[in-house]
Formats: sequence, structure tokens, C-alpha cells
Amino acid sequence: MNNTNPAGRTDVRADLRKLATPLVRLASEPYYHATGDELAVFEAAARSCLPVMLKGPTGCGKTRFVEHMAWRLKRPLVTVACHDDLTTADLVGRYLIVGDETVWMDGPLVAAVRAGAICYLDEIVEARKDTTVVIHPLTDSRRALPVEKRGEYIEAPPDFMLVISYNPGYQSVLKEMKPSTRQRFVALDFDYPEAEVEARIVAHEGGVDADTAKKLVKLGSLTRKLKGAGLDEGAGTRLLVHAAQLIAAGMAPPIACTAAIARPLADEADTRDALDDLIRAVF
Amino acid sequence: MDERKLFAHELEARLDELLLLSLRQRSAEEPAALLEALPRQMQERVLHWAGVAAQTSDDLGWLIVSLAATRAASLGENFDDWVRAGLDAYDRSGLAATRKALNEFAETHRNREQRSQGGVSFAAIEGRLSRFLHALDGRPLKLVSGKTAWTDTETLWLPERLDVAPDATANRLLYKAMAALLWAQTRFGTFNLDPEAELELWSDRGRGLAWFALFEAMRLEACIALELPGLALDIARLRGPWPADLAAAAAKLARPEATVADSLACMAERRRVGAGDTPNFPHVGALDPVAARRVRAARITREMAIVRRALNVLRGTGPNGAAADKSDYPPLAAESETQVVDPQFDLLSLPPPAREAAKSLMQDFGEIPPEALHPAGPGAWQPVDAVDTPITASCTTPPDAFYDEWDYRRAAWRHDWCHLYEMEAPAGDHGWVDEVRRRHAHLIRSIRRRFEALRGEDKPQRRQFDGEEIDLDAQVEARADRKSGAEPSSRLFIHRRRVERSLAVMFMVDMSGSTKGWVNDAERESLVLLCEAIESLGDSYAIYGFSGWTRTHCDIYRIKRFGDRYDAATRQRIAGIEARDYTRMGVAVRHLSGLLVRQNTRHKLLVTLSDGRPDDYGDEYRGRYGIEDTRRALLEAREKGVRSYCVTIDRHGADYLPQLYGPAHYSVIDDAKKLPQKIAEIYRKLTG
Repeated sequence: MNNTNPAGRTDVRADLRKLATPLVRLASEPYYHATGDELAVFEAAARSCLPVMLKGPTGCGKTRFVEHMAWRLKRPLVTVACHDDLTTADLVGRYLIVGDETVWMDGPLVAAVRAGAICYLDEIVEARKDTTVVIHPLTDSRRALPVEKRGEYIEAPPDFMLVISYNPGYQSVLKEMKPSTRQRFVALDFDYPEAEVEARIVAHEGGVDADTAKKLVKLGSLTRKLKGAGLDEGAGTRLLVHAAQLIAAGMAPPIACTAAIARPLADEADTRDALDDLIRAVF
Repeated sequence: MDERKLFAHELEARLDELLLLSLRQRSAEEPAALLEALPRQMQERVLHWAGVAAQTSDDLGWLIVSLAATRAASLGENFDDWVRAGLDAYDRSGLAATRKALNEFAETHRNREQRSQGGVSFAAIEGRLSRFLHALDGRPLKLVSGKTAWTDTETLWLPERLDVAPDATANRLLYKAMAALLWAQTRFGTFNLDPEAELELWSDRGRGLAWFALFEAMRLEACIALELPGLALDIARLRGPWPADLAAAAAKLARPEATVADSLACMAERRRVGAGDTPNFPHVGALDPVAARRVRAARITREMAIVRRALNVLRGTGPNGAAADKSDYPPLAAESETQVVDPQFDLLSLPPPAREAAKSLMQDFGEIPPEALHPAGPGAWQPVDAVDTPITASCTTPPDAFYDEWDYRRAAWRHDWCHLYEMEAPAGDHGWVDEVRRRHAHLIRSIRRRFEALRGEDKPQRRQFDGEEIDLDAQVEARADRKSGAEPSSRLFIHRRRVERSLAVMFMVDMSGSTKGWVNDAERESLVLLCEAIESLGDSYAIYGFSGWTRTHCDIYRIKRFGDRYDAATRQRIAGIEARDYTRMGVAVRHLSGLLVRQNTRHKLLVTLSDGRPDDYGDEYRGRYGIEDTRRALLEAREKGVRSYCVTIDRHGADYLPQLYGPAHYSVIDDAKKLPQKIAEIYRKLTG
């Protein structure tokens, strides 16, 4: 604790810099295929300094959309995956002890506010209820973040934008977003794209030919019909892309689909076997 | 016993001694050499029985030994029975019969062994197949077991057991091929043309149907190949090549434009050249066009009405004034009357139930029949089984409560419309619950284990004012704060304490007449499992049953109030749940959510266990009225902070449940028998 070795101290300082929240600036365009007016709505929200909420099933392109928008708007991106132990300090920041001094470390939210970045809180419902409240002042007309520990009141620059995502398909009553939180956001609904569009996405992202992509999408749409009848959720586009990537890497399609789609989706024997049957049927 | 195997020369000596072989100038060398390979235990058994047989006759002993040498290994546990069968035969008809009996016994044993290895039962494959079919396109199909494989376009029958193929994998594949072909019959229009004219020309109708089924199988296989090439390949491999004289027909029927008419044409051709029996293809099921057409006709009437009614709404000419109806559907592009919506091109503009109906009609006709596109006009379709005799309340006691009911046609309330009686549920057989607990002991244990993880009893709470452990993160932070001159927090400890889930759950159990039988058993068993599970969680919960008979007789049965313990009396009331009358759901939701709201917990959850849509005596509550009223009641509950969830065994629940509960707040269980297994898992997910 009481390390007074000066050499050691500089090491710690260097270490701290490494720990600072990375601001991702995307150099190349992340591939995204628009399916509706989401690009326009998001851009308008960005111009009007409004926060945005993305709703939709897992693996349908919410995160990719945010990356794409960050690139399009030329703003840095800070992504936080929320979990049930996420505290306010994890978002806002905390003091660390370095030798005999204390050093303030900005949390990802503060870092994003200072830099005028897009802050993306993924799966916000997973975070603790008291944590979600810290974003409130950022999402109304104040657009500021009070940092109590430092007595600092950071006003957000116009470029700062808050984006949250959640999956309404989760069925836990204890994990609902409070109306006081939801009603601060412009909401965009995401769903799996139409078959043709999805095939194009799978072909592009997975590096497979159009015919294989079409079959993968067919398989995906079949599994989605099992939602509520064996599966909590069907295969998302992401899983299809994973399967396509395995195929592109030389795996036989049925093996790739079993590994990338059937096994991640189901443990129960009947459902697993039915998925295997579907894979066999499509290929 | 010494575990060492006996060597051949030892066996030979023992046999010689038992059967006095050397006197008869026989040598036990050959059987002894074969017996050498057996485990010691088996060797001793053979020797034992040789001795027993030799007491009857040396020849019999010799016969047993010489046959045992080759048979003993395969007979295994059945060896004793095998010898006994032989001895029995000897007593009745002598040595020759003994040899025959012994060989026959071994043969049947071998067959049985093989069959039980390679055969597959319907029960073993049902879950897998029903999910597989569920995922395929087209209207939902029910899967049940029967004598032969056939479909009436809404239910698939598959044989109880298949052991046609040599091994289990092949038999499973055969099941899948059968099911897929039957699915294809409903999907690709086998029943869209009436085959009676052709069938009448056949002297043997059964033979005609068999040929029809075979030609359809050829055509449907090609249809499957377009959508699911892997499946078609599997089927083709399973059946082997078509017979040479049918190859031309198969090729003709495999063209993508072939329809059921082509199959009938092939039949006619067959008839003219004089058809014998069809070649045997086990994957081709039977056809019963009469049954199928009956089911199909009923469905078409029903769905046609749904589509036409939906079109009424779209075109603003609803029978009960457009305004009330229109508001029930999501905003539509085609609200104005001048804009005509053609569902042929734009299925999506229809509301979800009508969309399903329209898709199903397209499946039946290949397109939406033009008559469905004419709006129904005023006095739209109503279910036909109307009953006009009003039922007066036979009960003389005044009701416990009155509830309003929502009439969507008036867009207004009917005040004090429902008369509600709340009463204690009758007690049932007290041994029943114990029996269920015994039967599901294993399941209960595993559910409890999983639920304990949810309890969060030992969940460490960080940053507390006091506690059993020091919170290092908090200490470091506080020290840092002090150093920097800020006020350090005094929440520096970790406290392990039970996290209050603060959840009250109301189970609303459907006791309508339709639950009679399996569903009722499943409901009761599920409640037992749920109680066991929730007891281990400590959530506050109540169970009420509901049933009724018209608006003046809505009954609510108390099975377990929030304050009641899960004791013998409660268990008896669970056992006593029985199928009664109808399902007037709205009033039950209103009453029970009222009870739930009084609970002083943060989360309140209303779980409905049901087997179908809202319904009541007469035709008033059936259909749209009941659904609208229930929806209204659920919305009211939602406004009061009650979340609703529905677990249903109604396979067609997908039509109306999203409307009632929202897309993510219901589960459809395809088989009542599986409800008990599933329910605890659903509850865990719901509240985890």
C-alpha cells in the first residue's frame, strides 16, 4: 500500500493511463444494412441532442447499428456492457490510490461526456436500479452529469449522445425498465431483417455465397418459429453470421450450423434434436 | 466363488463326470472348448443345469450342454428360462421336441432383443418431431399417435411404434419422413382437389387411395426438395429408387409446376393399364380425403369469416360502427374508405389473427379466394352454436361482488354486469398430492436446488454500514476519498443477508369444463410442483380457481389465500380442483388482481394457467367480446401495477395471446403432460 519507491510510482501512473476508458474512433465503415428509417431517426436525434433507446431481440444488429452511427457521425464510441453488479462508481469514476496520492479515474460515462462521444449502455435492464438513475440528468434538458465525489458538474457538449439497448423478449418481471427511465428516450424498434436483406447481410459478413446465405437465413427463420415452443429466442442474425464464418473457414455447412446455431440455442434433448433435424432438412 | 474361468480341460473333466460321457464314447472336447470363453459364473450355470438335466436323462444333459455352448453367451440373463423351456418340452414330448423348443426360444429371444434395440416408439420421438414440424412453414399441426400415418390437415397421426428398419436411427428417419410427407400434404395442396370422381372408377377404393398416396408422395418429395433439399435427400435415400415402371410418373410429378391434378392423372393412367397393388414404401402414409375435406371445409368457413371481418375493419364498414372496431388494431395505412386493401398483395396490413387465417386460406386454395375479399357487411359472422334460452341464477344467496364488464361493440361498460361468488374450494383426495410428490420426487429435488440459487439468501450485500466482512473496495475508496480531502463513506462492510424478493404471485387456474382429463391433472400436478418450488423461495403466493356459467354466476374458488400455509388442507384443495363450467375470464382477472393489489410487495404477478381462450355459455362472451373484455381487464390490472403472464395448453393460443398479454408474456405448452415439467422453469425465468 505504502509504496514510496519513485520508480514504482511512475509505473503505476503509466498503468493508470492504460486503464483509462478507451474512446473508440472507428476508422472504417462498419457494415450495416438499413431496413427502415432508423438512420434518419438516429441522425435527427443526434442533431436534437436526444438520447436513443434500441429495442429488439438478441443478435439483430443493435450494437452494429450504434457502431455504424458512430462512424457516420464521426464521434468516438464508448460501450458499456451492463451487468447486475454495475455500480454508479463503475460508470462515473472513482479515486484510486497511487503511492501516497489519490488519483481520480474517469468512468466510461464521464469519459464519454467529456469527449463528446456516443455512450452506449448495452442491455441496460441488467444494471442495478440505482445505477440507471445516474443517467437521468443526462437525458433531460439539463444534459449534465453531477460527479458528487469531486463536486463537479459536467455539462455535456452537443456531440455527447446517450444510447441504451434492451431486449423486450426477456420475461423476468423483476427486470423491467421503469417508466421514469424509458420515457426519456427516442426509441427504435429492431427486428430480424427480411429474408432477402438478411441473406445479403449473412453473405457479406460471413463471406459465403448467396445460396449458402439463403439457406442459413431459411434455417434462422425456421428456428424463430420455435420461440415459445422450446426456445426462448430463435437464432439471431449474429448466429447466422457465425455459422457462415465457420463455413467460409472450410467447415461443412451442417457441422458449422450445429456448432454455431443449434448448440448455442438449446440444451434440452428434444429441442436440440429438432434443431439438428432442421439443419439436415435445409442443407 | 473363485472368479477364475475354468479351462477347457477342467470343463471337459467336469462334464465327463456329470454326463458319464466316456461310458458312451462321447467327447466333451468340443463344447468344453466353446464354454471356455464364458465368464466363470456362466460356466457354473451351464454345469449346474447339465447336472439337473442329466438326472432326467444323459441324452438331455448332452443336448443342453452342446446347445448351451453356442447359445449361452447370447441368452445371458435368459439362460435359466431357456433351459427350463427345454426341460418342459422334454417332459411333454421327448428329446426331438426339446431341441426344437430350445432353438425356437433362442430365436424369439434374439428377435426380441433386436427389435427392442432398433425399434423407436412414438413417445420417444414425439417431442423432437413436434418441434421440427412447428418450425416448418404453414399452419400449426397437432401430432398424435394412431394405427397408421395420415392427416386430416390439422392433426398428424403417426404409428405407435416403428421397427421396420433395422436400427433406431433408420426408424427415427422413417418417422421424420412420414411426418414430413404428411406436413407436405397439408402444405402443398394434396386436399385442394376432390379425388372422388377418380376414386369412384376404381373397383377397390383402398387400392386407389394407396396409388393416390404413392403418386402424391412422388410429387411432394419434389416440393420438399425446393424448400428443404436436405430433407428430400434423406427421404430419397430412405425409400431407395422408385420401381422402373413408375420412374416416368415420378419424373413427371417432380416437375415444379406439377399439382395434385397430375397425381390424379397418373392414377387414371394406372387404372387403365390395370393396376396391381402398390409397391411397398413404408414412408408413404395413408390418405383419407373424406375426413380431410370435412376438417378443411370447417376451417375454410371459419377463416373466411375472420378475413372478411378484418376487411370490414380495414374498409371502415364494420358492422357495429367503424370507430369502435378500428381503434382495436394498430394504425393502418389504409384507414380511408377509398383505399382498397388487397390482402393478396399486402398480408401485413391485416391484424395478426386475420393474417394467420389469410395465410391458412392461401395454403388451402393457393390464393385468397375472391369471395373472402368481399367484406361481410352488417350482421357479420358469429359462431353458429347460438343458444337463446337465458339462464337465471339458481343461487339465492346474494353475490359477493359485482363487476363491470367491457363491451367492445358499445365501447362502454356494462355496469355491475357480472355477479361474483367467492367460495372455498372443495377438498379432494388427501393421498393424491403425496402420490404426486412421490412420483415427481426427483423433479422436485432438482427444482428446489435450482430455486435455491434464486433465493439470494446468502447474497453478499456490499457497502453496508455494518456486516460480517470488510468490503475491501469500499475501504480503498474511503481511504482515497480521505486522502483527497473528500468525505469518505462509512459504508465499509459486506453484509450477507437475505435479499427481499418482494414479490406476490397470484395463480389463476382455469377450471372450465374443457380442462377435464389430462389438462386438469396437469394443472393440479403443476400446482403441486409450483408450491414445492415457491415454498423454497419464500415468495408470497396465492392460488384461486375460476369457472362460471353466465354473467350471473361467476365463481371463484379459494384454494390458497396469500396468508394460508401450504399445509394438508391446502394440498387437499389442490387435489380437489376439477373441471367445471366455462371460462369468463375478465371478471376473474378483475377480482383476483384486486386481491393481488392489496399485497404489500413491490412486484405483483398474475399467472394464468389455462387451456384456451375466454368463453362462456351462449355466444355472447365467446370470440371477440371475451377477448376484448379480458384484454381490458388485463390492462386495468397493469395500470394497478400487476404484471400478467399466461401459461396455456392451447396450441392455437398464438392467435390471440399476443393481443391479450403482449408478445413476450405467455408460453404455449404443446402437450399437457409436459406442463408440470415446464412450469417451474417458466416461473424461474419469469421472476429470476
